[in-house]
Amino acid sequence: MAISREDVLHVAALARLDLTEDEIARLEVQLNDILEAVGKVSELDLSDVPPTSHPLDVVNAFRPDEPRPSLPLDDVFANAPERDGDHFRVPPTGETAA
Amino acid sequence: MAEWEPVVGLEIHVQLKTRTKMFCRCANAYATEPNTHTCPVCLAFPGALPTPNETAIEWTLKLGLALGCDIAPRALFHRKHYPYPDLPKGYQISQYDEPLCVNGSFVVPGDDGDLEVGIVRAHLEEDAAKTIHVGGATGRIVGAAHSNIDFNRGGTPLVEIVTRPDIHSPEQARRFLQLLRQTIVELGISDAEMEKGQLRADANVSVRERSEAGYRTRTELKNMNSFSHIARGIDAEVRRQIATWESGGQVVQQTLDYEVKSDTVTPRRRKEEADDYRYFPEPDLVPIEPDADLLERLRAELPESPGTRIRALVADVGFDQAVDLVATGNEHKARLLVENGLDWPTAANVAMNQLAAIDPLPENGPALVAIIEQRDAITREALMASFADSAAGPLDAEAVLAEQVVADTSELEPLVERVLADSPGQVAAYKGGKQGLLGYFVGQVMKETQGKADPRVVNELVRTKLG
Amino acid sequence: MIDTLRLTAEKAKGMLERKEVSGAELRAAYREAIDARDGELHCFLTLVDEDESDGVPIALKDVISTKGIQTTAGSRILEGYVPVFDSTVAERCKAAGLQLLGKTNTDEFAMGSSTENSAFGPSKNPWDPTRVPGGSGGGSAAAVSAGMAPWALGSDTGGSIKQPSSLCGNVGLRPTYGTVSRFGIVAFASSLDQVGPVTKTVRDNALLYGIISGRDECDSTTVDVPHVELPESDDLRGLRVGVPKELNEAEGIEPGVTEAVRRAIDLCSELGAEVGECELPRSVEYGLACYYLVAPAEASSNLARYDGVRYALRREADGYYEMVSRTRDAGFGDEPKRRIMLGTYALSAGYYEAYYGQAQKVRTVISREFAAAFERFDVLVSPTSPTVAFKLGEKSDNPLAMYLADVLTIPPNMAGLPGLSIPCGLSGGLPVGLQLIGPQFSENTLFRAGHALERAIGFDVVPERLR
Ligand SMILES: [Mg+2]
Ligand SMILES: [Zn+2]
Repeated sequence: MAISREDVLHVAALARLDLTEDEIARLEVQLNDILEAVGKVSELDLSDVPPTSHPLDVVNAFRPDEPRPSLPLDDVFANAPERDGDHFRVPPTGETAA
Repeated sequence: MAEWEPVVGLEIHVQLKTRTKMFCRCANAYATEPNTHTCPVCLAFPGALPTPNETAIEWTLKLGLALGCDIAPRALFHRKHYPYPDLPKGYQISQYDEPLCVNGSFVVPGDDGDLEVGIVRAHLEEDAAKTIHVGGATGRIVGAAHSNIDFNRGGTPLVEIVTRPDIHSPEQARRFLQLLRQTIVELGISDAEMEKGQLRADANVSVRERSEAGYRTRTELKNMNSFSHIARGIDAEVRRQIATWESGGQVVQQTLDYEVKSDTVTPRRRKEEADDYRYFPEPDLVPIEPDADLLERLRAELPESPGTRIRALVADVGFDQAVDLVATGNEHKARLLVENGLDWPTAANVAMNQLAAIDPLPENGPALVAIIEQRDAITREALMASFADSAAGPLDAEAVLAEQVVADTSELEPLVERVLADSPGQVAAYKGGKQGLLGYFVGQVMKETQGKADPRVVNELVRTKLG
Repeated sequence: MIDTLRLTAEKAKGMLERKEVSGAELRAAYREAIDARDGELHCFLTLVDEDESDGVPIALKDVISTKGIQTTAGSRILEGYVPVFDSTVAERCKAAGLQLLGKTNTDEFAMGSSTENSAFGPSKNPWDPTRVPGGSGGGSAAAVSAGMAPWALGSDTGGSIKQPSSLCGNVGLRPTYGTVSRFGIVAFASSLDQVGPVTKTVRDNALLYGIISGRDECDSTTVDVPHVELPESDDLRGLRVGVPKELNEAEGIEPGVTEAVRRAIDLCSELGAEVGECELPRSVEYGLACYYLVAPAEASSNLARYDGVRYALRREADGYYEMVSRTRDAGFGDEPKRRIMLGTYALSAGYYEAYYGQAQKVRTVISREFAAAFERFDVLVSPTSPTVAFKLGEKSDNPLAMYLADVLTIPPNMAGLPGLSIPCGLSGGLPVGLQLIGPQFSENTLFRAGHALERAIGFDVVPERLR
């Protein structure tokens, strides 16, 4: 399952990385090497084996619906690269999740 | 010419009104000041971890039970990746192939029988934050100078309900949503007000010929913020699809926005193929295994379903009135009046009209009924005032009767004519069988007279004019 | 005169309790050691000049959030980021009166086995500064080894506590997954990350583990832990020690390492343990591949939050999406980028089942193999690292060769098992680590075995060149 330059570009777009030409070329080689090594997992027939997504056998860890104070605005924006009043400011966006 | 059948499935998001957000302990409440309900978790600061709100999980289960769903013995949260600025983690914690509630059904009564709408799933997730576009000529995205983000809404518990494509008309979609909303409100888990974004619905729309068994390509319709817009949006999209097929074209799978003003749908600009959610089990959370005792308790707390209640009311008030009573939440008002001696049709009428805006309703049933029995003799203002007072004690009939009523036909007749002339659409609909519109015309006249007209006289006049 | 090279935390604590030394004097002694040696070894990224507490000093790996003190995770993207909240482990250290000396160097986002991936330059091995201290917690391990801190905290995902402890001649515990809170730890791979102590002795290790472990309501994946017992016993009577063939005979294990470990295994018998062989065939053969799918996948998701919106680095651009991709390209170094790309690919549409899904099943296989071994044995032993400390730059151009540094620590990590690395001798003048693996929550057993062996081995933890 070799990875192509187009794959690298597609994955970089998903990962939101504006890679340089150098990086793209290097990653194409390295990802192919690594994927070949990790692709080893598919040698095993594990059709009857359940997946482990969590190493501990714990369920139902909830917390009560009781509020705690939110952060003061100074803390909210303490590390913000750009602030507009009490909003986080960013360059114009195309669309939102809402 | 083929006879076309709309095929509609709905995807509904409901904000739960828990005290805290889904995965952090910030207050889950509307805040006027941006970013004041935020913390390291809902701002996705490095190292912050989600902790699930027990009440939100219980409420989702309760809703699932009310929708006749099977409750999963084991459910998981997954991460769903999106690149939007209002998702601070870069992913939404949602549920994927192991949701809490699956395989339900919800009965929507119709005048020609019940429609059973299948519920594919009801799952729990977190709402996104809000991006505000600043600057630019119209305040819209194009030409915006920059965007601002307010994370207050981010992390609000959100239940997503997905129906099967069992809905076959805009009217059915509207009624389904009305009754679903009423169910949610009665469960006490959300105020489900669409204009506040507490309930949002998207529609998956396709059409097929009546004889067809399979499905044709569907489109996803978004951006509709009231029940009537949803019905109108579906209607517009159904018309567009039928026209496309009939002209030999192809319907393409895409996401559309319904524009109310022009009554048209427009495709979204962003390319959908960029989406790849890369779901995987949320490693910061452990599985949910709903407790049998909890489910037992929740089941016992469920109110009777709207469908059942509508069916029970039909004999007393007719189908339309039964639906209206249940869908608007005025049913219990009518019931209180009936319990205190009023007949069902009168009780239903009063509950849907004079009492509709009175919330909460005074519990003093005998006083209410006493007032209602004199309603023809008094003005609307006096009536409303005395309803409002009726919690305190029985009615002071004399005081109420002191108010004047406009009952002179010659004074009201021109008004009625004008109202009818101003509403040609509704008049046509009434003549086409929508008897329920009578109340609308009467209401308009009452509004014109500031409530001083005698509703019974107006009623009679309207009926005659339309007859 | 305080000899920080030899002073254990336990002794320092005793001196403080008996008022033989003040907190300020202790702090000054460690600061002197830092001033003398950190120029060469570069263990600290941030030094803390004063602290409210005045107990035993401690150093924290720079992935551990400390309120008011810069926390970078060794990355440019977090340069200048000052958390507004404490991680739970930092809070627990404070509550125990420990005073913070500073934040230690780490491979960027804890991704690496040599600390060479730190954006702020590598740390050096106190035994030979031309060699790496291991990673990702090389800063913590080298600081403890060079007497710049009596003990420190690291974090271990694939081996980042155990492996550097092995290369620097320290005692390092990677605790059972879920026993130490991850709240406030800059996340790398959530289902694997675990914070643990790096110390000079096993008793110190148990002391510090006792301070930081236990259920935390801010981390849903934590549980209550058994009471931590300070080890006393000198023998291993009654202990069943298993020697997994594959973990001891893996390709790439240096002869000098095998020799030192062999001697330690012989000591186990002499101390009264029952020693036998066992097998973990697929855990070792497939563990590394499994890890390099699971960890990058989770990392790609955990690192999605670094978008230039709420904290730290931002590269300007005309539009939001360009701003984010530029910021991320500028802020992340090669290794995080490689893992983000690998992980994104492994989770993306069409590849999930073959890669991430399959890796999760391999994880089940690994857990089962270990469970079977623990039916016969209380503790399993192997080398911690296949090699002693290697030369700086030796593997930095070959990611796959670097990944092999964790081939022996990864299998137990995949199963959430605790592992303790203790020094068991020298090879070519450099420390060799012995890995003791137990079932989940068996830390007390590991401490007991580690303590008895430590005494019998009599390893001098002070690097020869500093004696
Ligand atoms: Mg959703
Ligand atoms: Zn919050």
